[in-house]
Amino acid sequence: MTWQGVLQIFVLLIVILPIGKLLSIYMYKFLDGGKTLTDKLFVPIEKKLYRFIGVNSSSEMAWTRYLFILLAVNFIGFVVLAILIALQPILPWFNPQHMGRVPFWTNINTSISFITNTNWQNYSGETTLSYLSQIWLTVEQFLSPVSGICIFLVVVRGFSRSNSKTIGNFWHDFVRTIIWLVIPVSFISAIVLLALGSPDNFSPYIVAHTLQGAKQVIAQGPVASMTSIMQFGDNGGGFFNANAAHPYAAPNVVSLLFQTILGMSVPVACVFLFGKMIKDKLQIKPIMAVMGVLFILGAFLMYHYEATGNPALAAHGIHLASSQNYEGKESRFGIGTSTLFNNTTTAVSWGSVAAANDSMTPLGGLIPLFNMMTGEVIFGSWGVGMVGMLAYAVLTLFLAGLMVGRTPEYLGKKIESFEVKMAVLSMIVPSLAILILSALSVAVSAGKSGIFNLGPHGLTEVLYAFSSGVGNNGSAFGGLNAASPWYSATVGIAMLLGRYPMYIPLMAMGASLAKKQKIPANAGTFPTHGILFTILLMGTVLVVGVLIFFPALALGPLAEQFAAHAGKLFG
Amino acid sequence: MYLKTLWSSLKFIVLSFLVLGLVYNLVIFGIGKLIFPGQANGSLVVQNHRVIGSSLIGQNFTSEKYFQGRPSATTPAYNAAASSPSNYGPTNPLLIKEIKTNLDRVLKENPGISASDVPPQLVESSASGIDPDISPQAAYLQVPRVSRLNHISKLALISYIKDNTVSRFLWIFGDSYVNVLSLNLEVVKLDHIEKQS
Amino acid sequence: MENEHQKDISKHAKAQSLWNKELIRFSLRQSIAKLSPRQLMGNPVMLVVEVGAILTTGEMFRYLATSGQGSNFIFTLQISIWLWLTVLFANFAEAMAEGRGKAHADELKKMRTDSPARKIVDGKIMEISSSELSVGDVVAVRAGEVIPADGDVIQGIASVDESAITGESAPVIRESGGDRSAVTGGTTVLSDEINVVVTAAKGESFLDKMIALIEAGVRKKTPNEVALSLLLSGLSMIFVIVVVTVAPFAAYSHTHVSVTVLVALLVALIPTTIGGLLSAIGISGMNRLYEKNVIALSGRAVEAAGDVSVILLDKTGTLTMGARQAATLVPAEGVDAVDLAQAALMASQADETPEGRSIVALCQSKYGLEGKSEIDREEHLFVEFSAQTKMSGVDIGARQIRKGAVKQVADWAGEAIEPQLTKYIDDMSRSGSTPLLVAENKKVLGAIELKDIVKEGIKERLSTLRSAGIRTVMITGDNPITAAAIAQEAGVDDYLAEATPVSKMEYVKSVRSEGYMVAMVGDGTNDAPALANADVAVAMNTGTMAARQAGNMIDLDSNPTKLIDIVEAGKQILITRGALTTFSIVNDVAKYFAIIPAMFVAAYPGIEALNIMHLTSPKSAILSAIIFNAIIIPILIPLALRGVKYKAKSAANILRKNLFIYGLGGLIVPFIGIKLIDMLVTTLHLVSLAK
Repeated sequence: MTWQGVLQIFVLLIVILPIGKLLSIYMYKFLDGGKTLTDKLFVPIEKKLYRFIGVNSSSEMAWTRYLFILLAVNFIGFVVLAILIALQPILPWFNPQHMGRVPFWTNINTSISFITNTNWQNYSGETTLSYLSQIWLTVEQFLSPVSGICIFLVVVRGFSRSNSKTIGNFWHDFVRTIIWLVIPVSFISAIVLLALGSPDNFSPYIVAHTLQGAKQVIAQGPVASMTSIMQFGDNGGGFFNANAAHPYAAPNVVSLLFQTILGMSVPVACVFLFGKMIKDKLQIKPIMAVMGVLFILGAFLMYHYEATGNPALAAHGIHLASSQNYEGKESRFGIGTSTLFNNTTTAVSWGSVAAANDSMTPLGGLIPLFNMMTGEVIFGSWGVGMVGMLAYAVLTLFLAGLMVGRTPEYLGKKIESFEVKMAVLSMIVPSLAILILSALSVAVSAGKSGIFNLGPHGLTEVLYAFSSGVGNNGSAFGGLNAASPWYSATVGIAMLLGRYPMYIPLMAMGASLAKKQKIPANAGTFPTHGILFTILLMGTVLVVGVLIFFPALALGPLAEQFAAHAGKLFG
Repeated sequence: MYLKTLWSSLKFIVLSFLVLGLVYNLVIFGIGKLIFPGQANGSLVVQNHRVIGSSLIGQNFTSEKYFQGRPSATTPAYNAAASSPSNYGPTNPLLIKEIKTNLDRVLKENPGISASDVPPQLVESSASGIDPDISPQAAYLQVPRVSRLNHISKLALISYIKDNTVSRFLWIFGDSYVNVLSLNLEVVKLDHIEKQS
Repeated sequence: MENEHQKDISKHAKAQSLWNKELIRFSLRQSIAKLSPRQLMGNPVMLVVEVGAILTTGEMFRYLATSGQGSNFIFTLQISIWLWLTVLFANFAEAMAEGRGKAHADELKKMRTDSPARKIVDGKIMEISSSELSVGDVVAVRAGEVIPADGDVIQGIASVDESAITGESAPVIRESGGDRSAVTGGTTVLSDEINVVVTAAKGESFLDKMIALIEAGVRKKTPNEVALSLLLSGLSMIFVIVVVTVAPFAAYSHTHVSVTVLVALLVALIPTTIGGLLSAIGISGMNRLYEKNVIALSGRAVEAAGDVSVILLDKTGTLTMGARQAATLVPAEGVDAVDLAQAALMASQADETPEGRSIVALCQSKYGLEGKSEIDREEHLFVEFSAQTKMSGVDIGARQIRKGAVKQVADWAGEAIEPQLTKYIDDMSRSGSTPLLVAENKKVLGAIELKDIVKEGIKERLSTLRSAGIRTVMITGDNPITAAAIAQEAGVDDYLAEATPVSKMEYVKSVRSEGYMVAMVGDGTNDAPALANADVAVAMNTGTMAARQAGNMIDLDSNPTKLIDIVEAGKQILITRGALTTFSIVNDVAKYFAIIPAMFVAAYPGIEALNIMHLTSPKSAILSAIIFNAIIIPILIPLALRGVKYKAKSAANILRKNLFIYGLGGLIVPFIGIKLIDMLVTTLHLVSLAK
């Protein structure tokens, strides 16, 4: 381990916090009717858009109506995307490599993957998709994170509003976030990525004649434009199979760092935005602290385990100049930045990778897995990370609140059986999906045959796939044969479960809270901005994750770590 | 009511596919062509009107005459049209076998060094399979061999490596590295000069 | 004497010791009866344990029938026994709590016997049975008769023995009109005769309701209990999935985990501790209130009491003694203080009112005067107080001494009060005191200040409430100036002066609309509208029927400060639940460290490293975890029945303390407990100790 490797974790957080804060001020303004500098440009566009699609953006909606439109936009997006990808062999434009038919299961899996902000890719971009299909994917990369913001707004309005039966206007929230935030930022970022070296063209793949006299075919495409929105929207679905490890996707560490900041900015901003919306900035302190500490802990441990390296090498008499685990890592990023990036993209439900997670040491690979198993709340993806953390806060407050002898309340809202029911439901669904789908996969031959690395690592591969699907993360232990019909279908189900059944109950919780009267705080109220709550909240996140997954993790990463130390291999 | 909502949603989605899909990508494409043509076209390296590669994409150097890069897990090695890591897990026997094979080759090709001199980068495969870079240590390790086989001075190579090493960004981010293609282009150039003189 | 005896019995019944023999026998019988799955439906956690116990029992018989499975049989036998015990322990806890509730209900039921009633129809009296009475009937009740139904006195005045429901032996006065008109069926008239209009039909009387409540309180879940049950069911469901999926994961890892071990893991993980004690906590909370002579008409109200942030207290009788007491003597100019005291003493000697007695006491203690020995009935001619004269006094020969209302006494004296004394008198009135004037032979001697004295210890009690975040508001009919003075002296946060029924209700409404929960005590009909609007409305048992119907709790002692106890009892229930839930959940960490290595060590020997407790063998580890899991329930029964101690402190302080005890304790205790049990299991060689 080097001091640089450790320091960069802190530097990243120090850089990202003010960026998130500034962004939250901007977001609060355009979402809450404030004036922004960009209004002159965007307001006319917004008005024309509403007129074109024929909606009213000012009428308040009940949460069910809000949800209906959200689901409609998601579902129609899914249908249109799947049709367009199916049409790939027919559509004549932007397909210089003459990419053919996309397998049915891959199409369904991919279309689900992109509308749920997962961006799990069971195909390899440069060998499967035409440039045009990649362009269609970018559309959902714009839209799916914004759905997350809408979910966030519904839940947070539950806390910020009192005695309210309505929860906002979907079109207002959705359209404004796209026009004011997503389009301008991705546009500018794409240009920055171009400047930093990523290509953007529609040329046929280049045939190079290498120095050594061989032919090398180099894949091309609109890389900068797609990378920009895939990182900013925490989509993570890259143009190339190697994702951000591909030298075109992240040609240097500056580009990768820029992408890291891009992807973290809105999740961090959502925490600040929460404070602004509930008009109590103190409340974000414990949330930020829990997220920050878990983030630092994960990044540090992952870096530590990868820098320490694979114990199996020493056990097999391989002693190199250093024990660092370079398998599946790029030279320009080194161990520190590779692990920092992969920790970031799994803490944030993002899923881009700059190094191969499957080749991490057992415990190094456990970190991204556990990041996802906690429910993607360490910043998490756009809006929904914060929503997940609020669900944890509600559960924490429920127990802690009882312990101070009052009906538990959070931010002045009473937590009663309906809220508990919804929070528990949103916790049961993902753990149920991950465990049951993983158990099925290691029980049936269709699942077992897709495992690439045998032994405990194979179990980790499977657990990782479903944790990633349910967490709407999209990163993978890449060895798993995700393109098989079994995994296409099951991970597809996991992605759907991790999006809708997980967050709809929390939206219902938000709507129920919005109806309640706010209770003023007094000395009998359990303060939720102090160190005690921070520790409790962190404890809840960790204990819930550990209690649910400990047996599975014991047979996966933990067993593998012990085996590796003993030099046992699984072939 | 519901039908009207569905109709609005459909109109919105179709518009999105046109604007966020086609318009957005084409505009970025245009800006790239105009302002950053080099990057936009893939940072290609052209010699004598022939594309010999991309400065960002690693090439497969198997000849001992050249500096060699990271082991590649793509098929064939350094396949820039199908990037991929090995995905070997830490307790996969194939991983141990790969590392042992690579180590044996490195030790054979570079006489006089021992396993404990070999940086893991040289025997463990990259994440993309087309990693264009290696660490300066991995390059220095190969200097005696390259210099001997091409009859060029070690000093010239060492100083070129030193000058072309990209260090950590802001002293902390990433790792220092040197581009293998650029090293080998220098080797060819020096070799050429050597032969002329 | 007999009353004293009755009181003793009822007090005794209420303060039953935890380990009363009969109660334990009842509970033991009940815990077997409660094994019926239908009974367990309401408690999903324990239902899961029972299903698990059935499974392992089946396994046990399978091992018994298979040769060479001796070691597995012994192990499964013991696991099964402990699983059944776990369910029985939980049932026992519930039965204990129910048994205590039932004892109260039985006691009340004894009173619900048919009694003869004398119904008045068209001025004639008809003898009928109390069960034939309906609402609106008028009955006549004489001394020595039992009041046949709940009702209001419409004619007459009587002293009534209500000890049967209150445990209080002193008879209470019931009279028509006013706030003391309500009578309860089953109580006995001691003197005089009253006519009572029946207000509650058969089966809906106050007594019936109380019995029904105590019995139903045993079954009905309160809102927070429902929410907690949901959380516990959710957790149990998650753990069922965790354990069910362990089987395929283990199979993939080429290891077999027996049904017994899977069930053991499941039972260890699901929150059995709180699942087993949850209903006991709720029931015993209601019982604790009953022991304080408060009947909660709903569990919801008890929980709401824990949430209260504003308490409305009546000034008179709650914050102050209620009776005004002499505080100071102010002599007029040129009058010696001792002369004034002497006169005041003599004027009050025959005054048996509390005020009169307090004047005597003041004169004696402050001026060292002699007391009643001087009284000579021949010589002293006492003048009684009358509503017309508004003064009383004594004529001793030529000496005429009078004390009384300022205006009347001054008029009697026919002398203007000198300015200095007038000022004092005005000050007294302003500060809420009542001035009396003392005059002798047409000469004003001075004034006596009668003060409504704030009860001792009230200020401290209110300030602890404040630190727990509860605001106290005094309600009084006094004018604002008087109210402010008393409010300051009593240390309340706010006051509502010149209170009327409407203003009280409006106040309750306005505080509630700000989001606060309000508790209030009332006894009069004029309190009823406000009570009906309060979240916790405690009606005095001596109060009117209107007040009692508007309340959701009845204080049998009619002691308004009881509200504070009620709030604390409400908090205690919630704290106990939260504490035991936390304890139960964090226990899982240690259980994992016991069971997981034991389960998987065969597949991956390296996992032994997770056996940080160094438990002897896989079988001993699992058995120890299950034994710990079972015996922790009876160990915690006393805590569940008694409740976690509550002291009014800020929420953060309470939480820190409880987290430390039940959170950190819950983390550490099972590590120690399981290790100790494992040592015992190892020593006794209860299971195979093979690694």
